[in-house]
Amino acid sequence: MTFYIPQDTSALAMGAESVARALQAAGVEPVRNGSRGMFWLEPLLEVQTDQSRIAFGPVSSKDIPSILDALDADPSAHSLYLGDVEQIPYLASQQRLTYARAGLGDPICLDNYRKLNGFTGLKNALTMTSQQIVDQVKDSGLRGRGGAAFPAGIKWQTVLDCDSAQKYIVCNADEGDSGTFADRLVMESDPYQLIEGMCIAGLAVGATQGYIYLRSEYPMAHKLLNIAIERAVEANFLGDNIQGCGKTFHLEVRLGAGAYICGEETSLLDSLEGKRGMVRAKPPLPAIEGLFGQPTVVNNVLTLAAISTILEQGAETYQNFGMGRSRGTLAIQLAGNIKRGGLIELAFGVTLREVVEDYGQGTYSGRAIRAIQVGGPLGAFLPESQWDMPMDYEAFAAIKAMIGHGGIVVFDDTADMAAQARFAMEFCAVESCGKCTPCRIGSVRGVEVIDRIVANKDRDNNLILLHDLCDTMELGSLCAMGGMTPFPVRSALTHFMNDFTGEGKGDN
Amino acid sequence: MGISQNERQSISDLVDQHKDLPGALLPLLHAIQNEVGYVPDSAVAHIASGLNLSRAEVHGVISFYHDFKTQPVGRNTVQICRAEACQSMGSRLLEAHAKETLGIDYHETTADGSISLEAVYCLGNCACSPSVRINDDVFARVDQNRFDELIADIRGAEVRK
Repeated sequence: MTFYIPQDTSALAMGAESVARALQAAGVEPVRNGSRGMFWLEPLLEVQTDQSRIAFGPVSSKDIPSILDALDADPSAHSLYLGDVEQIPYLASQQRLTYARAGLGDPICLDNYRKLNGFTGLKNALTMTSQQIVDQVKDSGLRGRGGAAFPAGIKWQTVLDCDSAQKYIVCNADEGDSGTFADRLVMESDPYQLIEGMCIAGLAVGATQGYIYLRSEYPMAHKLLNIAIERAVEANFLGDNIQGCGKTFHLEVRLGAGAYICGEETSLLDSLEGKRGMVRAKPPLPAIEGLFGQPTVVNNVLTLAAISTILEQGAETYQNFGMGRSRGTLAIQLAGNIKRGGLIELAFGVTLREVVEDYGQGTYSGRAIRAIQVGGPLGAFLPESQWDMPMDYEAFAAIKAMIGHGGIVVFDDTADMAAQARFAMEFCAVESCGKCTPCRIGSVRGVEVIDRIVANKDRDNNLILLHDLCDTMELGSLCAMGGMTPFPVRSALTHFMNDFTGEGKGDN
Repeated sequence: MGISQNERQSISDLVDQHKDLPGALLPLLHAIQNEVGYVPDSAVAHIASGLNLSRAEVHGVISFYHDFKTQPVGRNTVQICRAEACQSMGSRLLEAHAKETLGIDYHETTADGSISLEAVYCLGNCACSPSVRINDDVFARVDQNRFDELIADIRGAEVRK
């Protein structure tokens, strides 16, 4: 029998380390795998028996003796027994491409990655011309998963077409949106997939240096990525003359320093250059003048991870998932006040209600859901009337909401939406880079105006002022930070006005 | 605040190690902070000359990022997540409780030098909120009682040392 207990951040946060120690004390050395992303079951103990891979969860160290006893007799008799892990409906019903390997084994074991079809995409790419690789990405319909949903193939073509001695691949791993952990899960449970995707990107556009800009809030991902990169270099999947093909790609992790704005691509580039993370005006596009003034592909972790799948399985396979112009799969992150939170990878088109009710099973508190914020701190608060929309970039944009990076934060009926609107402005004030006035000053004024509205000081005029301020921020800000902070504020005003006036919780 | 001869030497060594790295300033500041615990004001001129930057540029970068500290901090850093997912699970109450029981506000250190309290905007543990990070460990489902246990663990570990 082989035992698996994750070393993923959320699993550890739920007590996986003490479970591992309890196993060791009982004479069992567990494999430290990644998480499957079913965080509501963490710590999830998996056991490979002669017949199948069964799971128990959530387990604590106290459960280990009884689980070991049950394994000798009848595992299914144990109260934490979950059966075959891949038959758990939460997981079995997903369409996993990016997360197909998540949780299967030791994430930094290179042999394990190769056994699970790892580096097949890279090997395919090595037989292709740069243009052929870029064409594959275009044909897949892949759009940037960081939030802006820009077609990846077009960005790559721009960089490929630039004539420059030095180009760069930059991975945006500054996953700062609340309610998101999809990038972290890739980096902690399948880091080689990201490394492979970046290497393919380098081959495609002619870049020889890559950087992963990782937020400092992810120490475990930092540790695992560095080990994985070291091993990939040793195995010649990174470095000079990759697999004897004569091509070069070097990769380095750089840590951010706790600035939300550095998830914005131009601010990220300034930060990578060793400067304050100030947003740059566009044009020039980073694809033409990016890092150190050179042509640069800046893609999110999930975009680059998907590249490995596309080059492994072909553009058409990937393209067959999804709806409309949103192709492939979406990494939905179900978070906040939710009973069964975790990572749900599905083709675009599933509705918010299906995700929250079928997968999530309602709130953790057991109370009614009041609002759902999709797409991070700049995403709108959606009332129940908007939960039946399909998750698709265009459908969300049509109601001034956004899918963004795919994070879903659920609030129960105790949430004060006026306080949440105020927080949106406060967060913008704390995290604004300060370059443009609407964001830097508008956010500070926004907090004050909301305070006056809630305190009923000249409420009607201050409401007019708040809308006017939101217009200014939306239309006049340099980037999405100031430009979209009004989204949560306005959606709170539209759907939860009673919270601003103190007239009870009846939603309008 | 003065720094010791050893600290001065390690800062000097780190500047030498980083000066040829493209975009060296953030990696260097992280390295100095890991070594010394903060980035002393007296190191700014040395960093600037080593990386061929102005002192204003170095100061500007240090002050821009929440991570970089210019004063010594506590032996342990406790970060409470203030972002939306944690708020939906009661982190506002947790924040108030933490400030009250520790007797400090954010960006302050307890009188015994044991704990510095910081806010953080998301630890990527949003399915198991509220989240708290203590040094490099993240803890999930931290209510007021759990917070008290974690703080007791920190204090207990210090007594044992």
